[in-house]
Amino acid sequence: MPYDTLVERRDYSLTGPSAAQAIERGLASAEWYHSDIPRKVMKELMQRRDGPAIRDTALWFVGLGLSAWGGIAFWGTWVCVPFWLVYGVLYGSACDSRWHECGHGTAFRTGWMNEVVYHIASFMVMRNPVSWRWSHARHHTDTIIVGRDAEIGFMHPASILLTVLHFVGIVDIWQWMKILVRNAAGVFTPDERDYIPASEIGKATFWARVHVAIYAATLIAAIWMQSILPFMLIGGPRIYGTWHMFMTGLIQHGGLAEDVLDHRLNSRTVLMNPVSRWIYWNMNFHIEHHMFPMVPYHALPRLHALIKDDLPPPCPSIYAAFREMVPAILRQRREKGYYLRKILPPTARPYREDLHDTVPDREGLRA
Amino acid sequence: MTWHPVCPLDDIDPEDLIRFDHGGRSYAVYRDPKGAVFATDGLCTHEQVHLCDGLVMGDEIECPKHNGRFDYKTGAARRAPCVTALRTHPVRVVDGMIEIGLED
Ligand code: FES
Repeated sequence: MPYDTLVERRDYSLTGPSAAQAIERGLASAEWYHSDIPRKVMKELMQRRDGPAIRDTALWFVGLGLSAWGGIAFWGTWVCVPFWLVYGVLYGSACDSRWHECGHGTAFRTGWMNEVVYHIASFMVMRNPVSWRWSHARHHTDTIIVGRDAEIGFMHPASILLTVLHFVGIVDIWQWMKILVRNAAGVFTPDERDYIPASEIGKATFWARVHVAIYAATLIAAIWMQSILPFMLIGGPRIYGTWHMFMTGLIQHGGLAEDVLDHRLNSRTVLMNPVSRWIYWNMNFHIEHHMFPMVPYHALPRLHALIKDDLPPPCPSIYAAFREMVPAILRQRREKGYYLRKILPPTARPYREDLHDTVPDREGLRA
Repeated sequence: MTWHPVCPLDDIDPEDLIRFDHGGRSYAVYRDPKGAVFATDGLCTHEQVHLCDGLVMGDEIECPKHNGRFDYKTGAARRAPCVTALRTHPVRVVDGMIEIGLED
């Protein structure tokens, strides 16, 4: 195996040869493996409640308010630093999990509550609330299927520099700001048009304009005040507070398989501390979430307890997840088709290789 | 149109649904929270996923794949990514048995 050169870059676009191959191989909109759960239990798990999300959202807003107050009140002194650190994570990281759960419509039972928090969180995370609804639907249909999934975190060979820079969102917000401005001008790439229905393009343009207008107002305020304070409050946390979102986001699928139809092979469940779980709204139960996306975040620990014997053992901590993921990513940079394959417990049903193996001519794509 | 037996009324809990296959097509048969019976096509119009694994909440069925929603009484799409309505079908209850009316 040649270890001195990087693997050839795969085509990750949604309209190129990989997309055609994925369809030809039966990997698009395919049948996925699911652990068995009796319908009665599943119905119970899927039940929506307003209580947990109202409590968590109230806590979130109070936390944002208090930390912003401290940051402003002590602005210009060192005392403001811890306030901004807290505000940064609550804004620049917790927004992602709120965006995600409300986008699924599972955070609250009441529809409008999901929508309101979804729009606030979409703005914070700098995602077009319309386009991303569709791209995330695709991520669930075709999880880590190259040529189909628009949300693949590591594209091989992964750039180490860009991955590290994700922790301070500079490259990220530059890219996402460009997308917002482009969308606000009504311009959508072929990839975006591949997953956003034509009927939704108008809405996507409208919301991009709303977001760009708020950022423009922030810029005007900063110039007028001759201060970066407005950006500490709006937009800036996507740089200085985004580290937690990437720390938890990268381990969702990093180092695992591409082009498989069993979430146990391409997703990772990680046990983590209660603070991170609150910020991340239990998305650490990631295999469970992908297998059953209609189970709300507050029921994921119960779902995990029910199916854990059918899943690879979870990583016991964030640190452990990075320890297994980083060497795998580095190896994937140089060894075509390598992925970290976890050993299933004896109680689990075997990996459903047959689901993605039925079509021949997959040489070089798997270990 | 012909009426086809589906299942005894009690086989579906109120605010739930079952899958019913006939003539190579799949249908979903529902009971609302008060127990009244309804039927639609069985596959989501977004990506052809069986709705029978989804969740009935009030007048809506939530698709298990991407959480899109339909009003199962009218078929109207209520939540993205569902944008195309579901076809609805007539149902009736005869001697405790649910029947669905399908075009011949
Ligand atoms: S398949 Fe039903 S919402 Fe996507």
